[in-house]
Amino acid sequence: MAVSYVPATFEEAVRIRRETGAVPVAGGTDLMVRYRSPAGTLPDFPWPVMFISGLKEMKGLFLEGVELVIKAGTELAVIEHSEIVHPVLREAVRQMAAPALRNLGTLSGNICNASPAGDAVCVLYALGAEVELTSSSRMRRMPIEHFITGPGRTVLKGDELMTAVRIPLHSESASFYRKVGTRKANALSKLSCTGFITVTENRIADMRLALGAVGPVVVRSAELESQCIGMDLNHFRNYKPDLRKQFAERVKPIDDQRSTAEYRKETTLNLIDEFFMLIEKELS
Amino acid sequence: MQHITFILNGEKQVVNADPSSRLLDILRDTLGMTAVKEGCGEGECGACSVLKDGKLVNSCIVPMGSVQGAEITTLEGLRDTAEGENIISAYSDSGAVQCGFCTPGMVMAAAALLRENPEPDEQEIREALSGNLCRCTGYNLLVKGVTLASERGKEKGIWQ
Repeated sequence: MAVSYVPATFEEAVRIRRETGAVPVAGGTDLMVRYRSPAGTLPDFPWPVMFISGLKEMKGLFLEGVELVIKAGTELAVIEHSEIVHPVLREAVRQMAAPALRNLGTLSGNICNASPAGDAVCVLYALGAEVELTSSSRMRRMPIEHFITGPGRTVLKGDELMTAVRIPLHSESASFYRKVGTRKANALSKLSCTGFITVTENRIADMRLALGAVGPVVVRSAELESQCIGMDLNHFRNYKPDLRKQFAERVKPIDDQRSTAEYRKETTLNLIDEFFMLIEKELS
Repeated sequence: MQHITFILNGEKQVVNADPSSRLLDILRDTLGMTAVKEGCGEGECGACSVLKDGKLVNSCIVPMGSVQGAEITTLEGLRDTAEGENIISAYSDSGAVQCGFCTPGMVMAAAALLRENPEPDEQEIREALSGNLCRCTGYNLLVKGVTLASERGKEKGIWQ
């Protein structure tokens, strides 16, 4: 049976983490399910755990300079209802799971879980979010795409806790978000797609496209995006088939219980086409 | 094992439990709150719904370590209040109860919704109940029930 801790303060949580390597459990919406045992018995955690949802120091969200800071223990429902959060992130969170689960789950838990199908994570890639990691001796931050290295894998060290997600404020001319799943509530998505387009003087000033659940990690290509900067409508139209092909090469989904690789690829390309139509509309 | 102190239906409780034990098990087996049902055990069906600090949660995935100092409300704490009676009688009068297994969770979900939004439209009701599965009613009768509870509650001034 795994040892479990309930730290009373953030300092205590950091100390327990350093001394025991206990895995933090915030909402429990993933870990309590993954390690569940028959009714009346304890979850079968393979490592020591600590329950951090009671830590007030880890809750809250606020603007700091050019960033929105969402502290790690902030529940999804709070993010969903906050007016300082980017509307596309709010929408992605609103479409996750169901109200009772959003009252428990956290964005940081979603990130640390590192599922390629995390819908909010796809939006965070597109917004260029960074994560803040804290241990007893240091604090560091890094872009989310450096933090997540594969399905369920991150570079979180054994003595670190994720303490916040930092999201640069972003305003775009138009945004695009689609989640494709079997039913609205609870079902994990088959795929998701987030796009942002900013146009100034009829040319692309900024274009971002993040694709979820079509590879081991969310797909975003700084290289392809930067090639679009400065394009006008004609230029983009001519370049579009080539761009679509290059995105297609980066989309490498798998078959699993939720969907097939073929469906995911085809549908993702359809969504890319839809996003390209939005870009053309913005350029016209 | 650890002493965990919390408020259950308005009364202070101290239980000696492993912090990783599920709130659902403690409520049912230790404290006798059998209105809380275990359906799926993985947060999908809502039969175990309770209010934690006024928010709807699935007690099957809430570890006791997260309950320290919290205020928990189960159907037992709601059913004899004007708020609870209003929802229960509205469900009953709308035919929103058949086998009854989902009903306690459905009452808690409706209570959580109506406290925040006393006059929800149909879409808001469906969203609020979206984490609670019912295999009997086909949901329309439940939506009707919540609508009726909203209308009657307004007349009775329940949320003022």
